Amino acid sequence: MAPVVIRNLNKKYNEVHAVKGVNLEIRDREFVVLVGPSGCGKTTTLRMVAGLESITSGEVLIGDTVVNALPPMDRDIAMVFQNYALYPHMSVYDNMAFGLKMRRFARAEIDRRVRHAADILGIEDYLSRKPRQLSGGQRQRVALGRAIVRHPQVFLFDEPLSNLDAKLRVQMRVELKKIHDRLGTTAIYVTHDQVEAMTLGDRVVVMKDGVVQQVGEPLDLYNAPANRFVAGFLGSPAMNFVRVALVENGGMVQAVGDGVRLALPGATAVRLRRHLGEEVTLGVRPEDLRIVAAEAANGLSFEAVVEVVERLGSEILLDLKVGAGSMVAAVEPTVQAKVREHLRLALNPERLHFFDSRSEAAI
Amino acid sequence: MIEGAKWRRWVYFYIPLSAFIIWLLFPFYWMLVTSVRPDRELYRPWMAPNYTPFWTLHPTLRHITDLLTGTLFIRWMANTLFIACVATLISLFCGILAGYALSRLKFRFAGALGTGIFITYLVPQTLLFIPLANIIRNFHLGDTPWALILTYPTFLIPFCTWLLMGYFKAIPRELEECARIDGATRWKAMLYIIMPIAVPGILSAGIFAFTLSWNEYIYALVFLSSAEQKTVSVGVTSELVRGDVFYWGQLMAGALLGSIPVAFIYSFFVEYYVAGLTGSVKG
Repeated sequence: MAPVVIRNLNKKYNEVHAVKGVNLEIRDREFVVLVGPSGCGKTTTLRMVAGLESITSGEVLIGDTVVNALPPMDRDIAMVFQNYALYPHMSVYDNMAFGLKMRRFARAEIDRRVRHAADILGIEDYLSRKPRQLSGGQRQRVALGRAIVRHPQVFLFDEPLSNLDAKLRVQMRVELKKIHDRLGTTAIYVTHDQVEAMTLGDRVVVMKDGVVQQVGEPLDLYNAPANRFVAGFLGSPAMNFVRVALVENGGMVQAVGDGVRLALPGATAVRLRRHLGEEVTLGVRPEDLRIVAAEAANGLSFEAVVEVVERLGSEILLDLKVGAGSMVAAVEPTVQAKVREHLRLALNPERLHFFDSRSEAAI
Repeated sequence: MIEGAKWRRWVYFYIPLSAFIIWLLFPFYWMLVTSVRPDRELYRPWMAPNYTPFWTLHPTLRHITDLLTGTLFIRWMANTLFIACVATLISLFCGILAGYALSRLKFRFAGALGTGIFITYLVPQTLLFIPLANIIRNFHLGDTPWALILTYPTFLIPFCTWLLMGYFKAIPRELEECARIDGATRWKAMLYIIMPIAVPGILSAGIFAFTLSWNEYIYALVFLSSAEQKTVSVGVTSELVRGDVFYWGQLMAGALLGSIPVAFIYSFFVEYYVAGLTGSVKG
């Protein structure tokens, strides 16, 4: 177990600058998730930590050692791959023992560790089988077991759950979390799935176009996104964005956009006063919208027309037409809304997000 | 399988298949019949009333015993076996290393080198034997098995390299990366992970290389001169065609016996061989 420090890490493939100046300090025993859309550089970053990809510039430290020049085998890491990468010609036992055999562990120690890992993962009964005789979930466990037996300093996960079906993925997610709690090994986990990122990570790193957008605990990222990209990437359904102009009207700061005219509450108004006269982006999460009676109209509500009603059971998603634009609201499952119905929606004044139109940074 | 009425299955499946099989196997049948046909039937004119080209009622082993006792056929078989095995092993060894390097290692001019190797395979042997003959003479290797053992790889190595390159490419890169993280050097990862998975590909490359060297004719004809050094393909045709006299029975017996080792190897490894050509790696 060891901390991992990434300092000003860059990766260039000929013309493509895949990873741009990534800085990251991962504490000992921490579970950090790198998340972002495909091509954002998260996997490349992970592979540079693993030593599978050369480093163009910058440093990677595992523990106190700069590992830039070390081959993968000398970095004391274990990696779980998206396609499991089980050795097809070896039994489950041999798959798990391979890393220990390569490191010349005693036979008894290998046996003890393999059986212990198999016990943790519940795969004792499959030890003599070949990978092709296993289901997807079982293969995933073997791949995990192969990493566990090594007792490495750091676990690296490259989208390990994305080949599993939805139900199994949720189940394995929980198990991964339990295993990490039990073993306490530092882990770096790459995924494009924001739910995995939010549920697994002690801290989440959101990346886009090779640049780290924001690092923080999952709920901090969710509640206070640093920019419009992070705001839109985390959360499902995604945050609603409306372009508004900030104007002063009778001493009040108002946000005026297509179909909305909102009087901003005190603290927000003070914060945004210096952006008066500018066009900004207003962000509202679907769950921060609620239906109010038409008479209850106040400065923080607006008119909308229901276009689609999606009943998910635990909640209802309303696709709304607001002015010429559209929004999604997540409302309680008891709400009776009909298509083409006119509704009045109120915003939660505590949970409004504003982003600069040009830099897209939160303001 | 073809669906529908029985006649459809016959017309679209069984009849074309049978025709195809007969077409393919007829030369072998002809070889077999000729090698057991007595001489008096062999040299009977085709308009004779008792001419039966497709069968014989008096089969004999005479040609085969003549071939085995009266000629150096057994010696030729041994020569061919030795040359084919050694040439195949050399070519496989080089082909595995080259194929692996070209498919996995990133180095400058890797693509150009791959194409270059392929182009050497395209140079016709009928041109290449002239400069090669010079080299063989300069090294004083003429009329020894080494003349062939060292020249066969000129077409076997490109062949093996390309076949194995495709096969190695089909093996997921992650397997090797995982092995290297697990503590294996690139060499060990290749030895313990890639090679065992590539066995079908290696075997089919080996079978092909063996067959090509077993059947090779022109180099064997040019580089070997004394009867006891010859390979089967050259020995049979040069020693059993004397002037304009064709010893058809012995020729065909030689061809028949000469194709047995190859047929044996194919039938033995057929499963691997098919898997090797279709490049299937089961995860």
